[in-house]
Amino acid sequence: MNHPLLERWRQGYRTFPYPQRAPALPARFRGLPRFAAGACPEGCRHCLDACPLGALEAGQRLHPTLDLGRCIFCGDCAAACPSQRLTFSGEYRLAARRRPDLLLDGQPSASCEPLPPPLLKLFGRSLKLRQVSAGGCNACEADANVLNTPGYDLARFGIQFVASPRHADGLLITGPVSQNMRQALLDTWEGTPEPRLVIACGSCAIGGGPYAGHPEVNGGVEPLLKVDLFVPGCPPHPYTLLHGLLALLGRLER
Amino acid sequence: MSRRPGGELRNGEALPLEGLPALSADLFVAEVEAALKTGARLSALLTLPGRVRGTAPLLAVLSVPESGTLLALRSLPVKRFPSLTPSFPQAHLFEREIFEASGVIPAGHPALAPVRFPPTAEADPAIGTQPFFQVEGGEVHEVAVGPVHAGVIEPGHFRFQCLGEEVLHLGISLGYQHRGVERALREEPPARALHYAETLAGDTTIGHALAHCQAREALAGIQVPARGHALRAAALELERLANHTGDLGAMAGDVGFLPTAAFCGRLRGDFLNMTAQLCGSRFGRGMVRPGGTAFDLDSSGADELRQKLTTALREVAGAVGLLWESGSVRMRFEETGTVSATRARELGLVGVAARACGLARDVRAEFPTGYYRFFQLPVSTSPAGDVFARAFVRWMEIERSGEFLLNLLQSMPAGPVRAEMKEPAAGMLAVSLTEGWRGEICHVLLTGDGNRLTAAKVVDPSFHNWTGLALALRGGQISDFPLCNKSFNLSYCGTDL
Repeated sequence: MNHPLLERWRQGYRTFPYPQRAPALPARFRGLPRFAAGACPEGCRHCLDACPLGALEAGQRLHPTLDLGRCIFCGDCAAACPSQRLTFSGEYRLAARRRPDLLLDGQPSASCEPLPPPLLKLFGRSLKLRQVSAGGCNACEADANVLNTPGYDLARFGIQFVASPRHADGLLITGPVSQNMRQALLDTWEGTPEPRLVIACGSCAIGGGPYAGHPEVNGGVEPLLKVDLFVPGCPPHPYTLLHGLLALLGRLER
Repeated sequence: MSRRPGGELRNGEALPLEGLPALSADLFVAEVEAALKTGARLSALLTLPGRVRGTAPLLAVLSVPESGTLLALRSLPVKRFPSLTPSFPQAHLFEREIFEASGVIPAGHPALAPVRFPPTAEADPAIGTQPFFQVEGGEVHEVAVGPVHAGVIEPGHFRFQCLGEEVLHLGISLGYQHRGVERALREEPPARALHYAETLAGDTTIGHALAHCQAREALAGIQVPARGHALRAAALELERLANHTGDLGAMAGDVGFLPTAAFCGRLRGDFLNMTAQLCGSRFGRGMVRPGGTAFDLDSSGADELRQKLTTALREVAGAVGLLWESGSVRMRFEETGTVSATRARELGLVGVAARACGLARDVRAEFPTGYYRFFQLPVSTSPAGDVFARAFVRWMEIERSGEFLLNLLQSMPAGPVRAEMKEPAAGMLAVSLTEGWRGEICHVLLTGDGNRLTAAKVVDPSFHNWTGLALALRGGQISDFPLCNKSFNLSYCGTDL
């Protein structure tokens, strides 16, 4: 015999004590890519040629520049590196406030700054977001939605996804912004009262992801709308998104 | 089956396109109809690239459950052909797609509306501006929903024609997620192809990546090692477990039964984390690669996975069991959104939606490839065709996939997980079907020179099933829509490509 209360007792309390404790991620999780100290061999192009999306660029530095906003974390570059200088770490904190911070020579991740004080006063303890999928493949959408499950329990931070832009403080946008969704996205943004935030969630929303350069898509949220938070990943791990949201609201120790 | 002027092939095989006789439009349609009349299903119907817009050769892929084989038919370049839709409604969306993409006219099609509204300069009508099917009458009203929906889901537009509370007709207009995938598979750098496959429908990363790789392997004529097959099957069944569990939770949520909604929401994540244990990504990104898999699983990893799986399956049984014993849930699930077996057959429904109408359609059993050729899964069906049946089929599949996986993890074949890929010959046609968690996925690839594709067709199970959702709503109420929609849980981006 099943009874909801008995089953509730069996299932137990499952909310993970984040951010007090760091999340346990699988050993093979591909987080922040890192180059080993020192310089790459001159003329080596293995990682650049392996990247299906051109997220790596050779420059004047010791190693190529990797654009986290275009990276889909497939790991092909690391697999191609003959000297194992490029590896994907378990660092899940990837969100950034400014686009240049996603270039791997900048400072992505843990240094993600909070909103300025006036906005922090407004949104710091209560942030309502309208999610708009604009060409998203339903992976970003699903792993944003999963924050509502008991494991993450987004509502305990005062953050909620709401059903109407009229009720929202900002938009969380996924997908490369298909041309067919462009107008609906702009209408939703218009319908959101000011001041309003824009969060670009996932590689597609930041730089088009695998669809970058397609005439059928806008190639990301910018330059259509100014973005306040970039969350890299394909899709971002739920903790990557949660970390970004909490950092934005100044809810994490810095 | 009698000898037909087409090419017979098995799932995951390739043949030279030149070997298929080019039939006249009339003969082509007659042959397709003859196959459909004897129990074959239309897995794909497309045009191959033509020299000028409005003229192109047709290609049909029919799956023949009786013989476990696929039948490929092609025509000469044609400007028009007699529409199959009036006799075989399962062709209706394929024919609309053909007209939109190539300009070839399916003469006699009853409603030749656009499917994806590619955003070209001359696009007419632009998305959202086309005339909709309307019911007229003083008491009739229309309700428009979308493209942006209230939840965290993909966009699509729905038009309800209602008389009072009763829904007379539901019109579904998609295309908002169109990203140009089929065009890109032909035109963009080949290195991106796999990533298109992985993001065709992100919740079906394994299903589509597997279909794509199977086709690539057929074209290159290479064999995947047995261990690679086993790991692919493990990933595919984990994807099914995660999505079925999530769907049951979401359906519980839609009838306001929150215990199961909360438990299953968490448990879905446990299955996703098992996939991440395999390949680092909760959605299986990076797992399936041409030639096999990118990751192996050692015996301690397999043991760990078995333990996690055993626990999760026990907890899902507890969470889902509540649904069947709760009167309020059964009242909302039963006799809501019913589709009859006859309608399901006519529309060519696939996957969970078809099996919930009592149709034993399952690629894993009918057209098995890889690991499924050696280890069979029973097909789970339920006859009622309503929301309850779609929920119950999911539950039975969770049990059976769970058992299949536990056995698989205990007896994985030894050896490598991946074979070296080769460049395919030009002019080869490959057809690949997989049973994704929603149902039959079909990829058709035709090679050109130097690893390039001259044609690529992707058929997500959703493409077959959207009209099933529309019919499920007839005679119901708008308030039934979220529940019906969730019970089908179709992919917008998988349809819009």
